[in-house]
Amino acid sequence: MPEAARVRSRRRETADTWTLEIEPPDGPWRFVPGQFNMLYVFGVGESAISLSGDPARPERLVHTVRAVGSVSRGITQLRKGAWVGLRGPFGAGWPLEQAAGRDVLIIAGGLGLAPLRPAVYRLLSERRRYGRITLLYGTRSPDDVLFRAELARWLDLPDVDVQVTVDHAIGDWHGHVGVVTTLISRRAFDAGNCVAMICGPEVMMRFAIAGCKEAGLTDESIYLSMERNMKCAVGRCGHCQFGSAFICKDGPVLRYDRVSAILGLREI
Amino acid sequence: MPDQSVEDLLRKHAFLDGLDESACSVIGGCAKHVSFDSGAYLLREGAPADELYLILEGRVALQVAVPQKGAVTFQTLSEGEVVGISWLVAPYRWAYDARALEPVRAVAVDAQCLRRECDKDHDFGYALMQRFVPVLIERLQATRFQILDVYGGPP
Repeated sequence: MPEAARVRSRRRETADTWTLEIEPPDGPWRFVPGQFNMLYVFGVGESAISLSGDPARPERLVHTVRAVGSVSRGITQLRKGAWVGLRGPFGAGWPLEQAAGRDVLIIAGGLGLAPLRPAVYRLLSERRRYGRITLLYGTRSPDDVLFRAELARWLDLPDVDVQVTVDHAIGDWHGHVGVVTTLISRRAFDAGNCVAMICGPEVMMRFAIAGCKEAGLTDESIYLSMERNMKCAVGRCGHCQFGSAFICKDGPVLRYDRVSAILGLREI
Repeated sequence: MPDQSVEDLLRKHAFLDGLDESACSVIGGCAKHVSFDSGAYLLREGAPADELYLILEGRVALQVAVPQKGAVTFQTLSEGEVVGISWLVAPYRWAYDARALEPVRAVAVDAQCLRRECDKDHDFGYALMQRFVPVLIERLQATRFQILDVYGGPP
């Protein structure tokens, strides 16, 4: 059953995307980067939303939500002090332990940066445990760039390679323009000792996986966060079944070799 | 790098990686070292495709002018990449503008000279096509990706 929690703040990221901070009902809710919560808007419905905040600050649950349907629109309209139903955290997270001692390549597309942001926080807080860290972020236009202030700070870090690109730009944007996958081959990382973490629209992830493999990464070193219609969030209802996996329970982060055979199937 | 010859610059350029010495010399015979100020145009849409550029330094925006919007950038290129593909096929006219976003240094290659060399020596032409075709395919795929507007819906 969902527990009632209060919205502590709401901040606009882009025209249709908001970040909410929610106060957990009974003290800190610890989570691992990549996990999600089920947020319930009373009288409207429930939706799976990735955690996008810092795992080192479990006293506030951060969710970044794009208004695309009735539930997500309802979530983005919750103001400070509003009640929201909360279940979680659920699912398997990013392979940060497996990545220790290796280079890390993060590829995010659009809102896909939100589920990856907790992983970036963790990588940066334990910087010495990892090799080269590369973050490639692509989105539609300069107006659609998420977490601008934070990205600007990350861009200034000397030991992290951050590249932001947009699909098209008007005006005085002087950053990269072009699809995010074209950046992969131009970055420096040791493909033989690298873990890739990818999140974004499924088409983008397919292109990104192809780019990673072309760069020399193996299927076993590529992880992606899958989105499916999650309902129960505990692997019982079957709504999010993806081949032999339940995205809510076995994922949302899955190693590519587990889903490679069915990722492109139209029937699934 | 003013002391380096054009051929030296070509040999080190990522786009020509793996091309043999004699082929680099042939291209070098058609090429010169150039620079552009920030804001300068390397190519203009509709103009004759008579010179392509291998970027050594700086960033270049490929743009199309859209009524009521102005210049829309659909791709940026930087060191190690090539600006200008339309020199390959008739009617040899550029399909977009290319504008320097910052000071740019490049090797400019005379397209007519290059076409003549390709016609003269098909092995050379084939080796060159092996470098241009992947760029064409990558840009075609990128265009498909952009047309799909994949970031418009849920992640």
